Amino acid sequence: MLNVIEDSTVNPVEQFLRTDRMPHIWCPGCGIGTTVNSFSRALVESKVDLDSIALVSGIGCTGRVAGYVKLDSFHTTHGRAIPFATGLKLANPKLNVVVYSGDGDLSAIGGNHLIHAARRNMDLKVICVNNLIYAMTGGQTAPTTPGRATTSTNPYGTFEPAFNLPALVDAAGAVYVARWTTFHVRQLARSISEAFAKKGFSFIEVISPCPTLYQRRNKMGDGLDTMKYYKEKSKVKNGAPTGEVGLTLNGEIAVGKFVDRERPDYQTLMRAQYVESLGERYIEVTGEAEPEMECACG
Amino acid sequence: MAKGRVSIVVERCKACGFCVEFCPTHVLALSSAFNSKGYHPPHVVHPEKCSGCDLCGMYCPDFAIYGTKTPEAKAAGTKTQAGGGEK
Repeated sequence: MLNVIEDSTVNPVEQFLRTDRMPHIWCPGCGIGTTVNSFSRALVESKVDLDSIALVSGIGCTGRVAGYVKLDSFHTTHGRAIPFATGLKLANPKLNVVVYSGDGDLSAIGGNHLIHAARRNMDLKVICVNNLIYAMTGGQTAPTTPGRATTSTNPYGTFEPAFNLPALVDAAGAVYVARWTTFHVRQLARSISEAFAKKGFSFIEVISPCPTLYQRRNKMGDGLDTMKYYKEKSKVKNGAPTGEVGLTLNGEIAVGKFVDRERPDYQTLMRAQYVESLGERYIEVTGEAEPEMECACG
Repeated sequence: MAKGRVSIVVERCKACGFCVEFCPTHVLALSSAFNSKGYHPPHVVHPEKCSGCDLCGMYCPDFAIYGTKTPEAKAAGTKTQAGGGEK
């Protein structure tokens, strides 16, 4: 659908969208579009070269972002956004690789990849839109669903303890960990800009409403009611110990930048190790086309 | 005089109401008119109050609304910045 407006102004997000795919599939009141706004503002603010960006998504509602943005983007298989992004980054270290996916994709199906990418300190910017549920498949309990919430697979209330994602990636070794809600649009944009300036594994969790499956089953109103709840109950706690920022049903939401530290990233360590042991025989991958080699198989 | 103006792409709107709720100067309200999908898009009720902050554009999950500063406000903004941050 074209942007039909009589005046000559243009929406700042328009240049980052594949407008032929609009309107998108996200429900009325869903917060994923709002995070895309913040992401686009961060791209403008951080003045990052758009040709150097590769956006990788997995499967799920948030996974659709890869199809809606006018950047080099990849829609990978379920849970495999981080391994795909790792490969991209290793093959072409000049790229700014952004992983944009949901909580189910990153922390459940791809949970192992998440902790190992954080352990290795791969230079990836991970934006995790956390709607506390598996939304696209019909509202099943996710590892992030807080206790006592009603879901389609736990009609009497969830009893499993939930993942606290900032604590998980902090413990695994991420260098930048922040959490915001879709209410904190400007803070989120600033956090994404900071992540672009940071080398290493950056993880930004965005709490987002899912009015169709999570809020409706838990009688929490629509998307707007949830945004009001975020406004009322979220508390900025920059530098808070990540062990204390777990989410509860209808409880306070701790937001802010929790971790910002320096640690050598995977490629720096790899280069140091190979230069030490191989010396001149080590040829660095630069991402440029390699000269054709003669085939040895004859 | 209004410092900014709001532009609305009516056909993209899904009437979530974020822009109406979070507009700092309460410029908008949901209208009673329908778009072709059957949603009630917002309309401008207080155009003179708009500051062109584009917070509506930041919140809109459907990329259907945005605010822009008027050329006069933009010129005044750069002048005050150069003059030492007068409000």
